[in-house]
Amino acid sequence: MSDEPKADAPKPDTLQPSTDKGVAKPPLSSAGDGVVAKPSEAVPPKPKPKPKPPPEPPKGPEDQAPPDDIVIPSFVAAVQAGVPGAIEHVSFWVGDWTVIVSADRLLDVMRFLKDDDATALDYCSDITATDWPPREKRFDVIYCLYSTRLRHRLRVKVRASESDPIESVTGLWPGANWLEREVYDQFGVNIVNHPDLRRILMPDEWQGYPQRKDYPLEGPGELLMESPQDWLRLRNIPDEAMVDGEIE
Amino acid sequence: MNLDTPRTSTSTSQFDTNELVLNMGPQHPSTHGVLRVVLKLDGERVVDADCVIGYIHRGVEKLCENRDWTQIILLTDRMDYVAAATNNLGYVEAVEKLMQIEVPRRARYIRTALAELQRIASHCLWLGTHAMDIGAMTVLLYAFREREFVLDLFEEFCGARLTYNSMRVGGLPLDIPPGWDKKVLSFCDLMDGKLDEYETLLTNNRIWLKRTRNVGVISGEEAIGLGLCGPPLRGSGVSRDLRKDEPNAAYEEFEFNVPLGTRGDTYDRYLIRMDEFRESIRIIRQAVEGLPEGPVMGKVPRLLKPPAGETYHAIESPKGELGYFLVSDGKSTNPYRFRVRPPSFCNLQGLKRLVRGHLVADVVALIGTIDIVLGEVDR
Repeated sequence: MSDEPKADAPKPDTLQPSTDKGVAKPPLSSAGDGVVAKPSEAVPPKPKPKPKPPPEPPKGPEDQAPPDDIVIPSFVAAVQAGVPGAIEHVSFWVGDWTVIVSADRLLDVMRFLKDDDATALDYCSDITATDWPPREKRFDVIYCLYSTRLRHRLRVKVRASESDPIESVTGLWPGANWLEREVYDQFGVNIVNHPDLRRILMPDEWQGYPQRKDYPLEGPGELLMESPQDWLRLRNIPDEAMVDGEIE
Repeated sequence: MNLDTPRTSTSTSQFDTNELVLNMGPQHPSTHGVLRVVLKLDGERVVDADCVIGYIHRGVEKLCENRDWTQIILLTDRMDYVAAATNNLGYVEAVEKLMQIEVPRRARYIRTALAELQRIASHCLWLGTHAMDIGAMTVLLYAFREREFVLDLFEEFCGARLTYNSMRVGGLPLDIPPGWDKKVLSFCDLMDGKLDEYETLLTNNRIWLKRTRNVGVISGEEAIGLGLCGPPLRGSGVSRDLRKDEPNAAYEEFEFNVPLGTRGDTYDRYLIRMDEFRESIRIIRQAVEGLPEGPVMGKVPRLLKPPAGETYHAIESPKGELGYFLVSDGKSTNPYRFRVRPPSFCNLQGLKRLVRGHLVADVVALIGTIDIVLGEVDR
């Protein structure tokens, strides 16, 4: 069983470059351009196109700045003025306002957002995260807030690396408890001062964080649960002969 | 237990006041699925409760991030599987918001009617199981009888009875079949009478009142802090219905009321849902009678590729605020991040607060009153 997926995986990689160079490319260039009609020039660039590298993972969200003709609403202006220096960026996209906050000022901003009369964001709709592995601060922790009195929404975003502590907001919104547990469970964000930080959807003894982009979609299989060290080694070794040696 | 030790019988060991830990579920008929509640009891009173969830976690969010934008619709069916059409609606509207797609008016009307039919079906299931948990067996049979009519209407519309896959980004896959609107209207007439029938069984029933009045009281402020949504929040008198506050589909064109509770107990939450039945019927009547002519599908590219950006879109599902947070990287044909804000998950969090101080038998009533679907809690 363990040989099969490993035997399958390298094959497409080793096959693709040879077929690309040998078979696929020449008919493409000769058939495609009757217009250019310069075979002598078409030959030198032929070796140049290397096997296509896998598409680069996106480096981060766009976080589009608001266009000039849009007036910044009062609740965004209030937090910019109320907690000076904590808001790194304001973003507006398809009607949603987002503020990006530096991680060390998170609690100050959140307390202001909840208590101030102009913002009055007393309802924590959702807490989630996104993972952007190429970045050093790979996680965006996202808080979707809502005001039951003024009926507006605001998203707050914090950037964090795997070890950066993110203060829990359970003290402000008790409902954040399970949502933060899920962020910890699925992403492994380092949430601190949480009253009850345990895994919530995955079993307690689970290894790894499933929603991270580098976690395999098909899951880790049985090996992860039995010996996580072997599993990690298995995933890092490309050659199947070596894998056999390592395991036995 | 060590049998060799002498069993001394003193008064304190016979009647000691130690707390007892009782494990309820995951296989328990009243937990509506595989929910496990670890109860800490002092005699018959619940001191503390801890919910253990995740037994049917399927990683829907991770799966969706590896499928294209259209294929996801059928996975949303599998979350709240008793209200699949509402799940479809929330998702397709979130994508439409991200791509700024205009949906034809006729499609929005039909969507509204479908969402409200779904609310009736979901509330029927809630009413039947909630009443049965407390001991009123008859209501279950009655409520499921009417739910069957709704499922028949859905079957006629899209061919499925539970997982509908009934909406597409930009509109609907199909127009309504001929004569369907008449059937919906006659169902509305039928349902009006049946609601009175349910209410004669429960509303003034002395046992029902004893089991639900002043059970699980929660104030409005506390409910907001805990992040409760839907009927549990409105039961505490907080006027928050996303159909009114942030109208989606065609809700801003219809007249309806938002029923509110005053005491915030289980009985109020029951009354609210009974009123919501009637409001849903009112909306369906308006939507079907005023159904505009026109196409049911807007102009949508064949391959969906929203521009890079992110959005959060929430709608009022039968259980509460159902939100979708979507991130597109602008390059690939699948979402970079797909996140659901499940209303059942957030409401279930309040169980710990609701059951404190109540009797063990009330735990069953309180799980029923927050109306959870474990497929949505665990995803």
